[in-house]
Amino acid sequence: MASHKNYWKSEAELSEKDQVVAQLKQNEFAETLPVNDFLEDESTLKASDTSRRDFLKYVGFSTAAVTLAACEGPVRKSIPYVIQPDQIVPGIANYYATTISDGYDFASILVKTREGRPIKIENNDRASLFGGANARVQASVLNLYDKYRLQGPLAAGSDVSWDALDTAVIARLNALSASGQKAVILSGTNASPSYKALIASLQESYPAVEHLAYDAISSSAALDAFEQMYGERALADYDFSKADLIVSFDADFLGDWQGGSYAKSYVANRVPKQGQMSHHVQLESNMTLTGANADKRLPMTSAEIKRALAALYRALEGESITDSDTSISGHVQAMAQKLVAAGSKSVVVCGLDDVNAQLLTLAINNMLQSEAFDSNAPRYLRSASHQSIQNLIAQMNKGEIGALFIDKVNPVYSLPNGVEFAEAMQKVGFTVCSSFALNETAELASFVAANSHYLESWADTTPKKGYYTITQPTIRNLFDTRQFEECLMKWSGIEGSYHDFIQENWRTNVLQGASWNKAVQDGLFQTEISARSRQTAIASEFLAAAQRQLASASSAGLELVLYAKTGMGDGQMANNPWLQEFPDPISRASWDNYLTISKADAESYGLQNENVANGGLDGSYVKLTVGGVTLDRVPVFIQPGQAKGTVGLALGYGRKVGLQPEMQTGVNAYKLYLESSKVQEVTIEKQSGMHEFACVQLHKTLMGRGDIIKETTLEDFISKPASEWNEVPVVSLDHQEVPANTVDLWESFDRSVGHHFNLSIDLNACTGCGACVIACHAENNVPVVGKKEIRVSRDMHWLRIDRYYSSEESFAADDEKKDNFNGLFGENGSLGGFGTLEDPSANPQVAFQPVMCQHCNHAPCETVCPVAATSHSRQGHNHMAYNRCIGTRYCANNCPYKVRRFNWFRYNQNDEFDFHMNNDLGRMVLNPDVNVRSRGVMEKCSFCIQRTQKSILDAKAEGRAVKDAEFQTACSAACDTGALVFGDVNDKESEVAKLKESERMYHLLEHVGTQPNVFYHVKVRNTEKA
Amino acid sequence: MKVIPSRLSTIFSALLFALIITPSLAQDAEASGDPVAGKQLFNQNCAACHALNRKMTGPALANVEQRLYEDEGLDKEWLYTWIKNSAGMISAGDDYANRIYNEYNKAAMTAFPTLSNADIDNILAYTAAPPPAAPVAATAIQAVAVSDGNSSTNDLVLAVLSFVLIVLIAMLYLVNKTLRQIATANGIEIQERAKRTPIWKAFVQNQFLVFVSVIVLLLASAYFAYAYMMQIGIDQGYAPVQPIHYSHKIHAGDNKIECTYCHSSARVSKHSGIPALNVCMNCHKSIYEYKGNPEGPSAEDLANGYTNEFYTAEIKKLYKAVGWDEETQSYTGESQPVEWVRIHNLPDFVYFNHAQHYSVAGVECQTCHGPVEEMEIMYQHAPLTMGWCINCHRETNVQLTTNPYYEKIHEELSQKYGVKELTAAQMGGLECGKCHY
Repeated sequence: MASHKNYWKSEAELSEKDQVVAQLKQNEFAETLPVNDFLEDESTLKASDTSRRDFLKYVGFSTAAVTLAACEGPVRKSIPYVIQPDQIVPGIANYYATTISDGYDFASILVKTREGRPIKIENNDRASLFGGANARVQASVLNLYDKYRLQGPLAAGSDVSWDALDTAVIARLNALSASGQKAVILSGTNASPSYKALIASLQESYPAVEHLAYDAISSSAALDAFEQMYGERALADYDFSKADLIVSFDADFLGDWQGGSYAKSYVANRVPKQGQMSHHVQLESNMTLTGANADKRLPMTSAEIKRALAALYRALEGESITDSDTSISGHVQAMAQKLVAAGSKSVVVCGLDDVNAQLLTLAINNMLQSEAFDSNAPRYLRSASHQSIQNLIAQMNKGEIGALFIDKVNPVYSLPNGVEFAEAMQKVGFTVCSSFALNETAELASFVAANSHYLESWADTTPKKGYYTITQPTIRNLFDTRQFEECLMKWSGIEGSYHDFIQENWRTNVLQGASWNKAVQDGLFQTEISARSRQTAIASEFLAAAQRQLASASSAGLELVLYAKTGMGDGQMANNPWLQEFPDPISRASWDNYLTISKADAESYGLQNENVANGGLDGSYVKLTVGGVTLDRVPVFIQPGQAKGTVGLALGYGRKVGLQPEMQTGVNAYKLYLESSKVQEVTIEKQSGMHEFACVQLHKTLMGRGDIIKETTLEDFISKPASEWNEVPVVSLDHQEVPANTVDLWESFDRSVGHHFNLSIDLNACTGCGACVIACHAENNVPVVGKKEIRVSRDMHWLRIDRYYSSEESFAADDEKKDNFNGLFGENGSLGGFGTLEDPSANPQVAFQPVMCQHCNHAPCETVCPVAATSHSRQGHNHMAYNRCIGTRYCANNCPYKVRRFNWFRYNQNDEFDFHMNNDLGRMVLNPDVNVRSRGVMEKCSFCIQRTQKSILDAKAEGRAVKDAEFQTACSAACDTGALVFGDVNDKESEVAKLKESERMYHLLEHVGTQPNVFYHVKVRNTEKA
Repeated sequence: MKVIPSRLSTIFSALLFALIITPSLAQDAEASGDPVAGKQLFNQNCAACHALNRKMTGPALANVEQRLYEDEGLDKEWLYTWIKNSAGMISAGDDYANRIYNEYNKAAMTAFPTLSNADIDNILAYTAAPPPAAPVAATAIQAVAVSDGNSSTNDLVLAVLSFVLIVLIAMLYLVNKTLRQIATANGIEIQERAKRTPIWKAFVQNQFLVFVSVIVLLLASAYFAYAYMMQIGIDQGYAPVQPIHYSHKIHAGDNKIECTYCHSSARVSKHSGIPALNVCMNCHKSIYEYKGNPEGPSAEDLANGYTNEFYTAEIKKLYKAVGWDEETQSYTGESQPVEWVRIHNLPDFVYFNHAQHYSVAGVECQTCHGPVEEMEIMYQHAPLTMGWCINCHRETNVQLTTNPYYEKIHEELSQKYGVKELTAAQMGGLECGKCHY
């Protein structure tokens, strides 16, 4: 059954010869103590004339000296406010509703501030229009405390006053009217009504000013198609909760697609309710988050996807499919039938950078009368046309531009022809770059107007028609910076602050008499919009032409598919150590981008991935050439599920300017982003040497113990009893097989009194997005350890999201194979058994599983601690007293879930780990309620005890019982899909108590008898549309 | 001895009383107000913004009636109207009213429509008759003289006693010498005592004894070393010198100010909070000097240098820190935050929440902080060790009945343990993770 399926985490596991994998399975710590590292090599040791006696003398002296010095406590100063602000009470957090809209990410959020310092991003439930904060938004608070940020305006690289900058700009703008040149403001898509009003008023004073939008990662094709169809430059919105059938043509709508993730509405219909859940078909080249969550994933090249889309349009039009590729036509035929059957309950989405494909998608959704498809209130989060910036470069070269203002974007880095842009900038002669930190473009500008962080700024956004959000500052400008809007106000001579300007603009144009204060408090204001007819302005002949063009798509050689990584996005947050260290949900690699390639292609090019003895992963280098542009030494990562004939590479890496050396990771794929098309024809050539990855996929393995992931099909879930698809493991008691949960080595305590915390994790609802990982990082002061340490499996993440592959599409075949397995090795061995599969890695199924400390009621770690540093509480927490821990690591060895993390070093105030905990600015993000751990102690997930204790104290102080939703951990609060639900199971009315009663509930490694307080829900796949 | 100052103070307070009474009797006839009642009214209503001889938020009020009459030609009727409704007068365009309003930074004076004319008469009577300066200084000098005499007597007795002892020793020596001389003269031989093994040699020779005493010595030193080591980092009694000499005794003791008036965040937050300087200024805008207790500083205070002038100088330090200009009665905007030396230092790995203990559990501040109201210099009262915390958690019963939060858990737990009252420990207050995370 489901629990007998074979799961694997890495390509290497499929090879029976790999000794390293076997060794990793047996070793908790990948390496022995790195004694040689700090003792240097043997020859140096022998040459040394320090005798053992000398050594002991030094040790004795330094110990005595340190002891003596420790006898006197330090004098600590405590400095209260002179005038304490009313709303600040030391020790009490304040929350402010605000919005991040940086041209790439958009989210309505709550910012937690302590003593005036923003320290954490939470989801704003009152304005959860686009779901919650993703991993990058969660991490954006750390950018505020980036020590590389600009602390004041610069002119030609040296400090200048704002007055001097303003005078120079105004003089230049005045001079322009005489010279007949234009001034251009270049920004990312900024869907802000007030920003537009501001530019309009600047244009009143200086008619020569133009505004131009530029998106580093373009949605130009989709925008063009929507504009052709509906006459408005916007993007269709989708509500996947209304869809029973989702067909996605290379659209990574759970990742970064058209300005945000649709995970929240998607998951709403992915958890089986009354035997119903949506069916999701994904056609894609790279293995994306969306593909990993799909029920049916068809790996294809982009050309094939285009042809499939064209064929689908034809089939829906009622014509016959004429594709030469029979496998495509077969799939499409089936798809068309299902779509017609589901009718308005189906939706088709498309992520191809092709106007024709986008047009057909819009047409198909109209044809289907899709309820999930919304063209009436479209999204405004992308607007740029990829052509316009090329036009700008031409104008700049011609000398038509007399002044260039660049707001936040970094075209010198993110344009494939960035060098040309840089040269053109020199011809303009006067460029002002409003930038948060130095970057490739700002470096070349005549003036750099130091920009404020969004947590220090006012702004407004119209993410979607009829919706207005507000960004409010949560802290005063830390440095002498100014948001670009304030610069514009200065230059156009508008008095007052940008706050006043927005408020005035809202009073007249937005609020319609509603309260401004309420809008600021909620972070969102909604207005009524009139419905638009679904009639399209496009003739069917035009669409037929588009179809024909699409159907003729073909690719000559290898296709390169560029994508944005969950952790890095478009790269504007590259100096954020949390994001650099965030393991990619699919590849589980951090601190890098790499060329993903299918196993078959890797073999034909002679490219390799191999695991070395310390658990690290190495990969070959290749040289990439796209249209004459080459990228040297790109590491190769063999990605199961990568479509044959395609390779993938993440954008957003390879930045150099304004970045700490440690963060200058990867290669710049934007150099290959020609014509803003994510698909390029590429040739690759193997280069010598091996790249060292920091990939955690083989770390913290569960040592071959089974029953980690349980999954079933929707069919079985409906028709068969739970005992079949959610089998309780049996153990032997008195030579009789009995269910594991009835056998106990220990006497149980009474847990019915008071609170008893449980965490529910629904494998159906978890998309693997990783927002919880960063939320945990921020909440619990988890240190960043750097690439080298990650490589040797010393990552400190308290919460990891394991990604498992399984090879067979149907469980029946798996089962059969498994039944015939006999032992690990040999002809019928389970390891060798993989070899008999055709190609397990060609199109594996994927399952995500968040794993943190399971807070076992019968915890194996507690019994082996020699100093009782880890102990159990009545509330179900497994406590860890850091100050008591002496670092034996017995607990980690004895933990079957591998969730304990050892502090090999002191990660704070240590120049060896020069991340945010090593400077005063970066340390401002630390949560004052959680201890910063030192070297030599074990740490792990605490179930956010500081948060549960806070909820309890609030209830006590107010003299009431705790309300259910009050109990939250950082991860459960960050999870907008409801995959993680936390609460008190002794409160029978609570959501978590009800979830615990579910038939899908199971515990990890139930047969071990640890009785965890974290439970999971069996993953149900809707493999065949029931 | 101590009878003298107290008797003196009785005399002086009688004198003081007489002094207050006498002029008031004299004034009664001419001002038709009662200055005693006036003083009370003045302290209740006016003292927050006015002093008699000093500009504050409002002007000095000594002899205000006479001054107004002489300088501005304004009579009592003007004052009645002004006190009852100053804003009305300003808006009505009264010349002097507007002048005084502008002079004092346009600080509006509270209207007192409830004061009757008679009340105002009383207040004016009080302002016309400033109380005599308390003859504190004289007492102080007396007290010093007396206490000086006291200590010299002791020295004298000691000197006499030691002299007697020295004489006795000298006599003993002389007697011994004389006796020996007599003995030699009489030919009596003085026997030399037989030489015995010295006691230390005997000790060294007895190995058992050596062994036992070494063990005892080692144990004893281990005991003391352990005791010494265990108090490293425990700063019980730590009383550092603070940048401003702030006396909890005067504030919490003499003036009975609630602890949480200043340490207000103790009610809601984990921190008790050192009050911001604006909290100090709530009172110290009007309390610009220290007047001491009516009996004058005690001998002990004087010995420490805690005179009225000393305390007043400390108040000036506050003004400097907060940037308060006494002349103009306004903030200059130039402030220097005060760097207090923190006394109660819990390590980083301990989570302690004041609100939990003060607001929820109802623990008195003094339980952990000691008799703060008696502390001239604040010191750490409790050891703040884990043992000390745990002990209290073991012994203290949780107030279960008054807080609805505990209803369910109380019922269940009292059933389980079969008791009515539950200690913090029984509620899980000894679990590691409750304080360490």
